[in-house]
Amino acid sequence: MEKLVLTDEEQMVRESASAFLAEQAGPDELRKLRDTAEPSGFASETWQEMIRLGWPAILVSQTEGGLGFSHTAMGQIMELSGGALACSPLFATAVAGISALSLGGNDAQKARLLPMVAAGELTLALAIDEGGRHEPTNVALTAKRNGGDYVLSGSKCFVVDGGFAEQLIVSVRTSGVPGDAHGISLFLVPRNAPGVAVTRTPLVDSRNAATIQFDKVTVDRNQLLGSLDNGMAVLAHSLDIANVHLSAELLGISNECFQRTLQYLKERKQFGVMIGAFQALQHRAAILWTEIELCKSVVLKALRALDDTPEEAALLSSMAKAKTCQAAERATNEGIQMHGGIGMTDDFDMGFFLKRARVVQMLYGDRRYHLSRCAALSGY
Amino acid sequence: MQELSQFRREVRGWLEENCPRNMREPMLEKDVCSGGRNFKFQSDDQKRWLALMVDRGWTVPTWPRAYGGGDLSQDEAKVLREEMARITARPPLQGMGVSMIGPAILEFGSEALKQQHLPAIARGEIRWCQGYSEPNFGSDLAGLQTRALDHGDHYVVNGQKVWTSNADKADWMFCLVRTDTEVSKHSGISLVLFDMQSEGVTVRPIRLISGASPFCETFLENVRVEKNQVVGAANNGWNIAKYLLTHEREMIGGIGTASGARTLGEDAIEAVGLSNGRLADDMLRHEVAAWEVDFRCHQLTMERVRDEIAASGVGNTSAMIKYYGTEMNMRRYELLMALKGADALVWEDDCEAQRWLRSKGNSIEGGTSEIQLNIISKRILGLG
Repeated sequence: MEKLVLTDEEQMVRESASAFLAEQAGPDELRKLRDTAEPSGFASETWQEMIRLGWPAILVSQTEGGLGFSHTAMGQIMELSGGALACSPLFATAVAGISALSLGGNDAQKARLLPMVAAGELTLALAIDEGGRHEPTNVALTAKRNGGDYVLSGSKCFVVDGGFAEQLIVSVRTSGVPGDAHGISLFLVPRNAPGVAVTRTPLVDSRNAATIQFDKVTVDRNQLLGSLDNGMAVLAHSLDIANVHLSAELLGISNECFQRTLQYLKERKQFGVMIGAFQALQHRAAILWTEIELCKSVVLKALRALDDTPEEAALLSSMAKAKTCQAAERATNEGIQMHGGIGMTDDFDMGFFLKRARVVQMLYGDRRYHLSRCAALSGY
Repeated sequence: MQELSQFRREVRGWLEENCPRNMREPMLEKDVCSGGRNFKFQSDDQKRWLALMVDRGWTVPTWPRAYGGGDLSQDEAKVLREEMARITARPPLQGMGVSMIGPAILEFGSEALKQQHLPAIARGEIRWCQGYSEPNFGSDLAGLQTRALDHGDHYVVNGQKVWTSNADKADWMFCLVRTDTEVSKHSGISLVLFDMQSEGVTVRPIRLISGASPFCETFLENVRVEKNQVVGAANNGWNIAKYLLTHEREMIGGIGTASGARTLGEDAIEAVGLSNGRLADDMLRHEVAAWEVDFRCHQLTMERVRDEIAASGVGNTSAMIKYYGTEMNMRRYELLMALKGADALVWEDDCEAQRWLRSKGNSIEGGTSEIQLNIISKRILGLG
């Protein structure tokens, strides 16, 4: 059993990521992207540098042109990206997209696409949700058989990176009714296929999401990812992976908020003393620190489960997401409150953490969704 | 790594063969084996299980064999814990001896003290209690006033201790006393050991809201303590006390995590029932799931802290473990009361309500939650 400490290799990944993100992709970059209303929501130089560092290749196996590193290593990058508020297609392409491709793709699909993703030549996006609240079985978008093809009709929302990703991975209904786990299939759909209409939906975190209409979009049956009607198995596992990495991001956000707040408690003076001398604030800071320590443990364990004990991954993924959602809500709210008025100003960065946290919390299920899933997975 | 898996196989085989079936059942507080001169075993299996584990040195797995331990490395001890948890084996021996004063003597005691006390602790022959709090010095423990006067080869101790857990059942006490009144409050304290049968020791149990009396008042009137029963150097007791408080925090913080206990989810299913595969009460379902997530996170944090200490020797998290673990255990009992409804309010021997009432002490004993938060703020976060 791997220990709950990082290996030397994972530590190295963490340190190199930390140096790069601090230098190049911090909150200042996000502010600039927002103020210039950059349509993609990220800086292409930063993404190019991530590609040069090999980040999109981390979760791709060596035989498919990747690095074949661990989820635990990737999780370090996700955590630090959270703390830096780094904007890039890394999560949608190199975590969620790669997972669905690796788990669902046949040999030909993997051989064709994974090396391109690993090399940073192809971006992906998961088009899963059809309503504001995540429920992956709630698929109404239909795929009707037409000879050797399928014809897709319906719409998806909250598609992260959906505005520019070249290939969409779309969950569709091939049998049954919305709410059924059976009857869902996954298709690879090029974003520029005829009938695909993308509407950018800028979110509160100034990043990119999209609503996508599919109006009689014809796709070849070779674009089916995994087996017909049984897409939910691949999708569920992909979402488990995605949620563990989102948990890592939430941990990074929470920890950075906390560190900034702690620093402020030591600097800001009122009544002639630093405000951190007041027990009312000390105890709140101590409780928040405790919650973040718990998050570190469950995130690391969930990452290790993805690498070593997949049978535990579903429960640990939901536990990690439920816990980090709670901590992130607390850390960002306390961050604003303990900074007082200045925390409410746009000039100050704290608001960016608050806004990003809520988007990550909501993506692929919030605390309530995952607590309910924990209960279901535990037999109640 | 390979040696560890070999060790795991051996442990698994040995436990499978030797751990009595009864000792794999969920345990209540009354099933704890605390050892001592007056301990009455609940069953032959409990007695046999202790003897078998004593024989292997596994009541104190990491202690040296010379003092009754099992000579296991931290990694091996973890394997043993995991394998015991796997079959929900009960701990063969629990209490202040194996988890508090034993480790302190091992760390700070003279060779003679080790030889005198450690093997007896490992075998469960002597039960210990802790003389810390005093009527006017609880959270402000370092202000303690129990006085030990120097009489050449021995001390004469006078004072009063309170909240002494199981003082009425214990054989020996480890006790914080003031040996120097001329220096700052932290610098004049010593940790001494004495037999509870010594002349001048009087114990009076305190009846709690649960009806039970796990704590006592202990009166010390001209109690003779030999100087060779001082742990470490005289006047260095506060450092050892802090070490012990760390141990105590971790022990109390791990409350409710004993192997063999049922999960809250299982309790919930039994008490409330399922409807279409979901707990029949949606609000309780949410609260139980939230609790189980926090519980797992806390367990994983204890595991991570152990791994980090093994890897780097650094650890300063006992206040967090204590704070969170006890708050969570109290939440657990509130939830158990809610799950069982009015059934949980019935008053009889060893009832749910008594365990619930007992849990109210968790966030007080061993340093209140507020003291733990102070420790985190000051020592870890560097505030104030």
